[in-house]
Amino acid sequence: MAEDRPSTEERKPAARKDVIDVLKAIDRRIIFLLIALAVILPLIFHLVFSVRTSPIVQAIFDKVEALPPGSKVMVSFDYGPSTVPENQPMAEAVCRHILAKDLKLYMMAVWATGPPQVEVLATNVIERDFPSKAYGVDWINLGYKAGNQGLINAILLNLKGMYTTDVHGASIDGFEMMKDVQNLTDMSLIICIGSGFPGVREWVQFAGDPGRIPVAGGVTAVEAPLLYPYYPRQLLGLMGGLQGAAEYEAAVVKKYPQYKEHAEKAVKLMGPQTVAHLVIIAFVIIGNIAFFGERRRLTRAKKG
Amino acid sequence: MLRVQIPLIITFIVGAALIVAVFVPHFPFYEANENFSVYFDLIAVFAFILGGGNLLKIHGDRIWKKGRDWKYSMVTVVGFLAMLIVGALKIGGPPGLTGDVSADGSWFGFMYDAIFVPLQSTMFSLLAFFVASASYRAFRAKTKEASMLLVAAFIILIGRTPLGHYMTGWLPPELQFLHVPNLSNWILSIPNMAGQRAIMIGIALGIISTSLKLILGIERSYLGGESK
Amino acid sequence: MANTIELWIGALLTLMIFSFLYKDNPFYKFAEHLFVGVSAAYWMVIGIWSTLMPNLVGRIAPDALQGIINMPEDARPQYHFLIPAVFGLLMLTRLVERVSWFSRWAMAFVIGFAAGTNFTRYLQSDFVGQIYNSMLPLVVIGGGGVAIGPTISAIILIVGVICALIYFFFSKEHTGTFGAASRLGIWFLMVTFGAAFGYTVMARISLLTGRMQYLGEWLGTMF
Repeated sequence: MAEDRPSTEERKPAARKDVIDVLKAIDRRIIFLLIALAVILPLIFHLVFSVRTSPIVQAIFDKVEALPPGSKVMVSFDYGPSTVPENQPMAEAVCRHILAKDLKLYMMAVWATGPPQVEVLATNVIERDFPSKAYGVDWINLGYKAGNQGLINAILLNLKGMYTTDVHGASIDGFEMMKDVQNLTDMSLIICIGSGFPGVREWVQFAGDPGRIPVAGGVTAVEAPLLYPYYPRQLLGLMGGLQGAAEYEAAVVKKYPQYKEHAEKAVKLMGPQTVAHLVIIAFVIIGNIAFFGERRRLTRAKKG
Repeated sequence: MLRVQIPLIITFIVGAALIVAVFVPHFPFYEANENFSVYFDLIAVFAFILGGGNLLKIHGDRIWKKGRDWKYSMVTVVGFLAMLIVGALKIGGPPGLTGDVSADGSWFGFMYDAIFVPLQSTMFSLLAFFVASASYRAFRAKTKEASMLLVAAFIILIGRTPLGHYMTGWLPPELQFLHVPNLSNWILSIPNMAGQRAIMIGIALGIISTSLKLILGIERSYLGGESK
Repeated sequence: MANTIELWIGALLTLMIFSFLYKDNPFYKFAEHLFVGVSAAYWMVIGIWSTLMPNLVGRIAPDALQGIINMPEDARPQYHFLIPAVFGLLMLTRLVERVSWFSRWAMAFVIGFAAGTNFTRYLQSDFVGQIYNSMLPLVVIGGGGVAIGPTISAIILIVGVICALIYFFFSKEHTGTFGAASRLGIWFLMVTFGAAFGYTVMARISLLTGRMQYLGEWLGTMF
């Protein structure tokens, strides 16, 4: 019957799919799978590259290196589990360096999720590489207090006004290394390991500039470009992302090779990072090839 | 008076005292600065308690009225109450209440390590997949400016990995400025710094003017609908 | 044993979140809602034990906290801490519709503090500080003469800051020389955004690498 026959339009053969059609319609789950493989395979095959330290990271290393033994360094753990892969290696590298130089390490947090990371560091770095360092004499964990930038403002004026105990609840006045500490201006250096608000910016604004205290930072890669305007006059150095952590680790291992075995966590993760970056670049190029190919096809169709 | 004037007076007194304290760091402004900072920190904790109470109110309401996804709201409420109870009572840790709330053996510490850490870490790691998908779908060199953006991004992506050293490490000393890691450091230290600095100055001007308007009571949006 | 249970629970929750990549599903929703509840309680508990008890209750009534918080033996009540206690309780009135307007007093304190500190801090660090940081010598001397590379970089930096600021200046029409400077500013901002994109990709990949390592540890306990 006439109704059963396909129309003229329906009888035209389907246009053949070319490369452009394939490239512009890649299912996003394939992209997800490729990114996952780009990270997993280098981890399985232990792909590791050597890392060189950039000037902005070297500046922090040189500052710590130049401090005389017994100098007080405050390290603030302003990050949480979400950014541990980037921040924890830089925190461990910096604290390892501080303890190797026999400086006094004061640890605190402006994030509630900071103190557990201090405990991880105590296990991975202090107990493992510096078992002779005494708590309350060489290092101390002051813990977290609420208040964000208000806390920094408060301890710039009077640290013991906020910190009456350490993180374990022991009275602060019982610790030898707290006896001559009144406020943040007693610190020779402040290093903030951060991942957002409050973080390095607040330490520069509320402690570094008003108190004229040298401040250095280690941040996630997302935040790093935003802090470059403070470098070098307000922020003496900056570790940006996993690469920044790897660079500091490389500097520490170069000067103190005895710590090499446990001090290269970020360096070992640069293999997956590198492969994943190449995959992302490939995706951008493929997307643009598809875009320009489609545009040229449409232009030809209009002319033709 | 009570709903509008008194909050405005409080804002003015606190804000003005803190500004004056920078220029007159002596009694009473120095003490005001110190005390107000501590008060702020303490009020911040009540904001956490408010957040918890609000969560119970919203999800409790949804469960009571069997609203949309009420069964998942039960998961939220159970998770919240379990974490709150084990933390408030310091269950499982050292005997008594004087120890660290997340000491070894504490149930609070266990829930933090087993539930909070994996969930938060994984939520953020999902973004890697979406960044890859966005790179494929959205980043088009449609204009010269967009091409400049992509070129800068490519140099950073390669230069901030060890691959950059291997790619152009063979360049002679006279052409070291073209070595990809050096190029990426230069991009970050010069053009990126210029753009970020301009953005920072602009934002600072905005914050300074808004702060002044808040202190002087010109900006009253934080008071809600009855601010006039 | 506790570590193994912890690892298994963590791995299962991780896989539940990752299941979202295929499509939205009840496992993901369960994990997401659990996260919301647990994280709200975490911040509350930590805030109470780390700050509220020692710094507020311990200051107003130190004797009441014997056996709960380690207070100094000579601790005396400091009644001016009733001020933040009252403001804090006023903030909680937000939960009750009829008296929620009391919370404005607490908000006023918070806003006043934030505005007061931000005014001076942003003025010093982000405005005057950044102008000062931009005042660099245009001609850099080094190695016995003019250092060409640093000189060009310094000029590019200062020109970039000025042109990018001009782009954000909307009180004058962007025409003529002003318009040309504004367009140059856009180029600098494009490089800025390109650097931000590159770093954002780097950050996200790092987080994924961390999670994959964790899953690898979990699989390692099975094989």
